[in-house]
Amino acid sequence: MPEVREYEASQYDVVVVGAGHAGCEAALAAARMGQKTLLITISLEMLAFMPCNPSVGGPAKGIVVREIDALGGEMGHNIDKTYIQMRMLNTGKGPAVRALRAQADKAAYHRSMKATIEAQPNLDLRQGLVERLLVEDGTCVGVVAATGARYRAKSVVLTAGTSSRGKIIIGELMYSSGPNNSLPSIHLSESLEANGFKLRRFKTGTPPRVVGNSIDFDQTEEQPGDQTPNHFSFMTPDALYLKDQLSCWMTYTNATTHAIIRENLDRAPMFSGVIKGVGPRYCPSIEDKVVRFADKPRHQLFLEPEGRDTDEYYVGDFSTSMPEEVQLKMLHSVAGLEHAELMRPGYAIEYDIIEPWQLTATLETKVVHNLFTAGQMNGTSGYEEAAGQGLIAGINAALRAAGQPGFTLRRSDAYIGVMIDDLVTKGTSEPYRLLTSRAEYRLILRHDNADLRLTEMGHDLGLIPAARYQQFQTKKAAIAAERQRLETTRLKPKDVNPWLAAQGAPDLKDGVLASDFLKRPEVSYTDLMQFAPAPTTLDRYVIEEVTVQIKYAGYIDKEMQSIAKLKRMESKLIPQNIDYDAINGLATEARQKLIKIQPETLAQASRISGVNPADIAILSVYIEQGKIAKVQA
Amino acid sequence: MATTITEYDTIAAISTPPGEGAISIVRLSGENAIATAQRLFKGKDLTQVPTHTINYGHILEPDNGAVVDEVMVSVLRAPKTYTREDMVEINCHGGIVPTNRILQLLLGLGARLAEPGEFTKRAFLNGRVDLTQAESVMDLIRAKTDRAMQVAVDQLDGDLRRLITNLRQEILEVLAQVEVNIDYPEYDTDQMTTQMLQEKAQQVLAKVDELLQTASQGKVLREGLATAIVGRPNVGKSSLLNHMLHEDKAIVTDVAGTTRDVLEEYVNVRGVPLKLIDTAGIRDTEDKVEKIGVERSRQAITKADLILLVMDASQPLTAEDQALLSATDAKRRLVILNKQDLPVQLDLGDAVPEADIIRTSITTGAGVAALDTKIADIFAGGIDNSQTTVMVSNARQIGLLQQAKASLKSVLTGIAAGMPIDLVQIDMTAAWDKLGEITGDAAPDELITQLFSQFCLGK
Repeated sequence: MPEVREYEASQYDVVVVGAGHAGCEAALAAARMGQKTLLITISLEMLAFMPCNPSVGGPAKGIVVREIDALGGEMGHNIDKTYIQMRMLNTGKGPAVRALRAQADKAAYHRSMKATIEAQPNLDLRQGLVERLLVEDGTCVGVVAATGARYRAKSVVLTAGTSSRGKIIIGELMYSSGPNNSLPSIHLSESLEANGFKLRRFKTGTPPRVVGNSIDFDQTEEQPGDQTPNHFSFMTPDALYLKDQLSCWMTYTNATTHAIIRENLDRAPMFSGVIKGVGPRYCPSIEDKVVRFADKPRHQLFLEPEGRDTDEYYVGDFSTSMPEEVQLKMLHSVAGLEHAELMRPGYAIEYDIIEPWQLTATLETKVVHNLFTAGQMNGTSGYEEAAGQGLIAGINAALRAAGQPGFTLRRSDAYIGVMIDDLVTKGTSEPYRLLTSRAEYRLILRHDNADLRLTEMGHDLGLIPAARYQQFQTKKAAIAAERQRLETTRLKPKDVNPWLAAQGAPDLKDGVLASDFLKRPEVSYTDLMQFAPAPTTLDRYVIEEVTVQIKYAGYIDKEMQSIAKLKRMESKLIPQNIDYDAINGLATEARQKLIKIQPETLAQASRISGVNPADIAILSVYIEQGKIAKVQA
Repeated sequence: MATTITEYDTIAAISTPPGEGAISIVRLSGENAIATAQRLFKGKDLTQVPTHTINYGHILEPDNGAVVDEVMVSVLRAPKTYTREDMVEINCHGGIVPTNRILQLLLGLGARLAEPGEFTKRAFLNGRVDLTQAESVMDLIRAKTDRAMQVAVDQLDGDLRRLITNLRQEILEVLAQVEVNIDYPEYDTDQMTTQMLQEKAQQVLAKVDELLQTASQGKVLREGLATAIVGRPNVGKSSLLNHMLHEDKAIVTDVAGTTRDVLEEYVNVRGVPLKLIDTAGIRDTEDKVEKIGVERSRQAITKADLILLVMDASQPLTAEDQALLSATDAKRRLVILNKQDLPVQLDLGDAVPEADIIRTSITTGAGVAALDTKIADIFAGGIDNSQTTVMVSNARQIGLLQQAKASLKSVLTGIAAGMPIDLVQIDMTAAWDKLGEITGDAAPDELITQLFSQFCLGK
């Protein structure tokens, strides 16, 4: 065969490789920031495709979707247009951990995102397999596709997902493939390695899909959506809330299922040693669960519709790479699935990731300049985690193309900031999933205040349309005004005591501020309105925000105080050309870690394991000494 | 999970050498320095007094208002201070015991025990010290911090470590349960309720309280530091005791075995109250009277918090000396090599760390001052070998325990105020972090690891 001839195709400001959840956000952000952008992907049919569960959101992840929306990203809008079920989780708990989750219509989600991208000015969409980076003097200047097309760009974002040297494994069957039998990308990994990147193998998996009309739903438990309207985007009006929602269904494995799994463990790639990649602890295959939690008599399964126009059901929490024959037996042992017809078998997939400590907090690589990476190829798992990184990488690629300084989120700004800081500071030894427990300021990082935290930043970046910004300003003013009103309105005991008595709550002896009254656990904002009616009926988002800010003020203040300290540490920058070998007194382990991670601030340095307070003290003295020396020289 | 930010804390330390001089100074630096001191101070309102003033008053126990010491407190506001931060200097009069208590109380209110060289480090970082001093600041941090950390770890009693590790594990399981309910709301794991959290907080609080009760400095304050002077006959034990008592209470002769009764005397060494127990020496003898004395010596060793093992440096090591060394090995111990005025024949090899050796000639008085200083040092550093109860021994541990206690109390008030579980959890986590600081066990991602090993999770 003759060799493919390379040719100069178009010149762009930003090229984004891969159109999964990270790539779509990156490309849209760059284009919206005015950069001429190309989004190139292996298959346009896989654009914003969900190769695993048909849902978006949940604890921590749902907050990330809100954050993406608040910064001017697309995921929130897109799911609001295409969900088939919406649920608010953790409603019985505090405001910090409430989380929205939607079941998505997978096909509609893909179509809707594709339409948005097609309609976006400054953005070209192209099908193509990128094989190689164009790197000159340590700087990425474009990419080369398999067809020979050279796309030159000021900055490049890679979002290769699980395609990089992807390998699907089903029992004894193993073949080279991207997700859902798409083309894998082989040569890109080689190009990355040739440029000095350290890669690593990860593994993830997906469960089988079955035909809906072969499920006996009577033997399962229904999980309907919520009646009360909620959406991901702050811009989606309640009036659009979907009434006709589809349910999910819950069933369980049993002793027979577990026996089948145990009998066939020798055929499970996870245990036979076929799979070399590291899998996530939080998303174990069903065979892994049965082995690790041997005394658990049953495991929950969720049957989730994949869309409105299909009868395909996702068997949630049944991820497996057992041979197809065994998968069938396992499925048929489950109540409700006795006669289930298999549509697609579950599989495990192994793929390459870039060790994420090779990145800075802007998601630019330290190895090659003007090259950004995002999503699953940075070692994360989950659509939301991918989209959040994609947005940040896209923003920074656009800023770089425009010659402007980078944009980063701190741990106290957003879950996205927590995630990126974890990745670039600690690396990850398994596919990384966001959990609320990873955030030290989770009371500040709520889903209700994502816009208050981030929309101003999105506006500064040029990602917030004027009308939206106006609406945001109005909301902010309304919150401030209502707080002010409640903090100055006094309630008299004689007015509220009869109501308190009816609630079985203790009497008031003296007058009290309306805001203090609202702090009582038995008092809701609606209750308060009997005694201190608002001059106009307020938006429900405003009410929610005022209530949270007042009721939990004590805890919020505590977190704000430690954030203030953190910010001072974050403001202490470590010079980029610092020579750690020249600093006397650093412990050897600390020195090695600092050289490897190259932290950008003292705060980040202090989070590296193996770097002790004494090392931070020495480092800060050294940096200060350098500054004084400069002034004196 | 929580990141400890140490750069901008309020720090505290005793800035005078232990036991020397009639006045000792406890120093605070940082933005909460004045407010923290005010919470213990009875006198003028320190937050209102002008800067660079010295104020007379008393330090009170916050729990019961008992007077800890009569003090003079200097209030120095930023930027014209050594560290260029707000500073407070508490001049105490009552010796090392109240000084330590004041430090403990400050640490309990959230101040952090300063690392060695930290005041100077802050002075430098805030532009107070010139460039030439930077290197020496770094050397100081390196040299002293490692030793201080080692000492802090070494001082942690094995039983205390186990107890705190267990407490932390108990809290961790509760935290993981709460987390799993939050991150996996639909899973069929048990729901943690605020009532369960309340019970756990109460249990842990009771244990922390119990530990604080045993805090050795408190016990020493009440009962004296039980100190046994041991050694084979005629090495100078009674002379040592006499030196400490400044009077001839024990019978001192040159005949071996003449000190036959266990004497108990209270003395004050550089402000440290010692309950001294003289012994009849430990040796095998057929003498009936002497044998009782020997038994009692062994008992005294068991009861003692501190052993002063006296040896005759002018004679080679005997089997008896060796037996004594091993009998006292597990104890906090100082080895006194006496009779340095005679030619030295004794060679201990490396059986005893040099830091635990004092060379004296009690008859000439040489080295006894060094012994006194060493005893004061040991008290300040902590005593941790009670036989009966697990003991908390130093100001840092006590301070952290008090902070843990305060967090546990916040858990209980939060629950009483009807706060949701994930908010109450913030204080529970803080208590867990503080206990972790005591043992130095705060491993990264500990909670997440627990989450995945305790529960079977999907998705």
